[in-house]
Amino acid sequence: MNVWVVLAVNSVTLGGLLFLLSAGFSLVFGLMKIPNLTHGSFFMLGAYLATSLIAAGFGFWTAAVVGGLLVALFGGIVERFILRRLAGAELAQVLVTLGLSFMVADVCLMVWTGDPIRIATPDGLRGATSVGGVGFPTYRLAVSLIAVVVAAALWALLDRTRLGAMIRAGVDDAEMARVTGIRVSRLFTIVFCLGAWLAGVAGVIGGPILSVYPGLDGEMLPLALVVVILGGSGSLLGSLVGSFVVGFLYNFGQAMFPELAYVVLFLPMLIVLVVRPQGLFGRPAV
Amino acid sequence: MTALAVRDLDKSFGGLRVTSRVSLAVEPGERRLIIGPNGAGKTTLFNLITGELAPDRGAITLFDRDITRVPSRRRPHLGIARTYQIITLFPRDTLLRNVTLSLLGLSSLRWNPLARLDGQRALIARAREVLERVALEHLADRPLGQTSYGERRRVEIAMALAQNPRVLLLDEPFAGLSIEERRDVLRLVTGIPRDVTIVMIEHDMDVALDFAERITVLHFGEVVIEGTRAEVVAHPRTREIYLGE
Amino acid sequence: MKRIALGAALVGLVTLPTWVGGTYYVNIASQILFYAIFALGVNVLAGYAGLVSLGHAGLFGIAAYAGAKILGGGHGHLMVALVALATTLIFSAVFAVLALRGTGLGFVMITVALGQIVWGVAYRWISITNGDNGVTITGRPAPFGLSLASPRSFYWATLLVFLLAVASMAVFVASPFGASVRGTRDQPRRMNALGYNVWMIRFLAFLLSGFWSGVAGLLFLYYNQFVSPQAVALTASAEALLMVISGGTATLLGPITGAFLVVIMKNVASAYIERWNFVLGAIFVLIVVFMPEGLVPGTVRLARWTSTAWRPRAVQPTA
Repeated sequence: MNVWVVLAVNSVTLGGLLFLLSAGFSLVFGLMKIPNLTHGSFFMLGAYLATSLIAAGFGFWTAAVVGGLLVALFGGIVERFILRRLAGAELAQVLVTLGLSFMVADVCLMVWTGDPIRIATPDGLRGATSVGGVGFPTYRLAVSLIAVVVAAALWALLDRTRLGAMIRAGVDDAEMARVTGIRVSRLFTIVFCLGAWLAGVAGVIGGPILSVYPGLDGEMLPLALVVVILGGSGSLLGSLVGSFVVGFLYNFGQAMFPELAYVVLFLPMLIVLVVRPQGLFGRPAV
Repeated sequence: MTALAVRDLDKSFGGLRVTSRVSLAVEPGERRLIIGPNGAGKTTLFNLITGELAPDRGAITLFDRDITRVPSRRRPHLGIARTYQIITLFPRDTLLRNVTLSLLGLSSLRWNPLARLDGQRALIARAREVLERVALEHLADRPLGQTSYGERRRVEIAMALAQNPRVLLLDEPFAGLSIEERRDVLRLVTGIPRDVTIVMIEHDMDVALDFAERITVLHFGEVVIEGTRAEVVAHPRTREIYLGE
Repeated sequence: MKRIALGAALVGLVTLPTWVGGTYYVNIASQILFYAIFALGVNVLAGYAGLVSLGHAGLFGIAAYAGAKILGGGHGHLMVALVALATTLIFSAVFAVLALRGTGLGFVMITVALGQIVWGVAYRWISITNGDNGVTITGRPAPFGLSLASPRSFYWATLLVFLLAVASMAVFVASPFGASVRGTRDQPRRMNALGYNVWMIRFLAFLLSGFWSGVAGLLFLYYNQFVSPQAVALTASAEALLMVISGGTATLLGPITGAFLVVIMKNVASAYIERWNFVLGAIFVLIVVFMPEGLVPGTVRLARWTSTAWRPRAVQPTA
């Protein structure tokens, strides 16, 4: 009985982290219609940058925000100077993000070397809290809470602000949005930066749980892909639900069918892609 | 027996009714013109006839054979050919290769992974003949990308004629052509023998009227007027629809 | 002129072990050859059919793993080849049916998912694939009693297979079926309207592509005497695609050149340049951004095609 509780809570944690990872990916995919294969790299880069910032004396949360901002800056440059040149050629854009992910991964290897780096759990969130009679690391529970807060903030952004309205219009129909006067190319840059920022921050937040190491990008990217395919691109609710579904699939799958751990993840993604290409929540593709 | 008939054809996209209870019957050898303002549903009708779109309701028959359920890729084998409004040819290939591809579409040779395509003399000779019919034989070895717009329009028609259709659908064949080019295409089209039934969509009335025997007028997806050329031209509603533009 | 060049190339290739300067380079040459076969396979889809796959390392790997298992079961090399290739064909068919549900980007995503599933099985289904430790084999085939154990003899055997691959590709390209495949890349809608079965054409192209990827995978296995999950990772598929686009798609020489470039860079240059992955990524980015002709699929070429000066004056597509 306890095992299931542990698995369940861990799944919720993983789900929360995955949401932080995937929300940005989903927005970019929904608006720009490309799966950004550099997203995993943004995650990893944010975490690596934070390790250096923390080593330089900054606090955890500062490092998270600043790390995220640096990644966002990098993302902005990528979008503005590379992706925008390839506007309309989605396939080319996807391949470029793939190439960039190789480059970022190697640069990280060069700068931070190959040893895994632990990020210490921030003060105040160390120790354990009791849930259902079982003790869980407080930080892991905090991550889920953070995910919910971020989800709420993103929802507020999308639903209540003008920027959000433009994003939703763009996700719905970029051509129409352009016609109504929305500066879609600038919107693309903003959303790409936002996505990169979210990924970078997620990397830092995930640091105390996952550590940072070469290959982290390659492990997180497929998870984000699965979440977004299951939940639908451009759908916040979809990313939220998808994240928790994947969190549960991954943990329970690992526990029950360790040999099929990845199959358990990618098979549903494959099924959705094949049966219902727009995911469980997104709009049907034209 | 009618060459081509559609009965109560309906098609909607979301809430928009693009084709509404359209029925028409074209006799073998007839020259039918379909006109109507932009958005009237003319090309959609063609797409329904060729099977690229599936109707919500209604039936399509070709020489009294129901082809409503026949997949679009089989309809050319049954004798329907069409041209497109926007030229969708193979720009990097020569005119000869373009037409050869059209001929190949109906030949079982198209599955052959071993023979040399350039060595198929009979096929290539037929392709040249088709190019002759549209007076483009002299450009047979020119890549399509290096030909003029008017020439490409003629290649479009050649592609369709190559398949020896019983029913030929021409979608705005005169669009974007100069006066001379229109004359050439009109001559080409009127020179097609009567064993081919022709249905044409046109926007440009000057040239098209010469061609038409019977005219069907579409408006907002419905057939509003139909009759001989004289009848339709004289009909007050025709002027209303067009002057209203 | 072309024949002289081809003849010279052939002579050069056959005599390579004599002039290339050492066993190390002969081995590099072998690698270039079977990776070229892989690239040619991927190019059937990416270059000729206009379908970009990021999961082909999965098929490459399935052949290698299948071969390793059969060999480990004590069977002869002929059996190994037959079963491995048959297995690859079956999986190619399955992959094709699933991937062809999507087009363009959807197709790519599905191939990614498929490749990842294969990788996941290779990595985690330890009882079959031995996981990260990979599967080791001993021995190479000895056709007609000739041993392929030495680098030279293996090179010549690989060269033979390579030449067969190139010849069969050349025949395919010049054939009516080859023209049909290219037609579906350029104007799928038109091809359908002309009476072609676009899905079936793509499906068969996928099988052809999978077959040669499998052949390459088997050669890989015999060369390395080993296969591990790394051979089926996303990076492996990405490298295959890079070979195709860096050499130029839709030609036969292109993927061969690309394989040459990538293998040389990886093995030789990496002795001088430590950051191989960075360079790989940078080349990818540069080619895609600056040389769209190195990258075929419809989106890029279509963008250029429709932007040429002769746009029809009557523009409304709705009627």
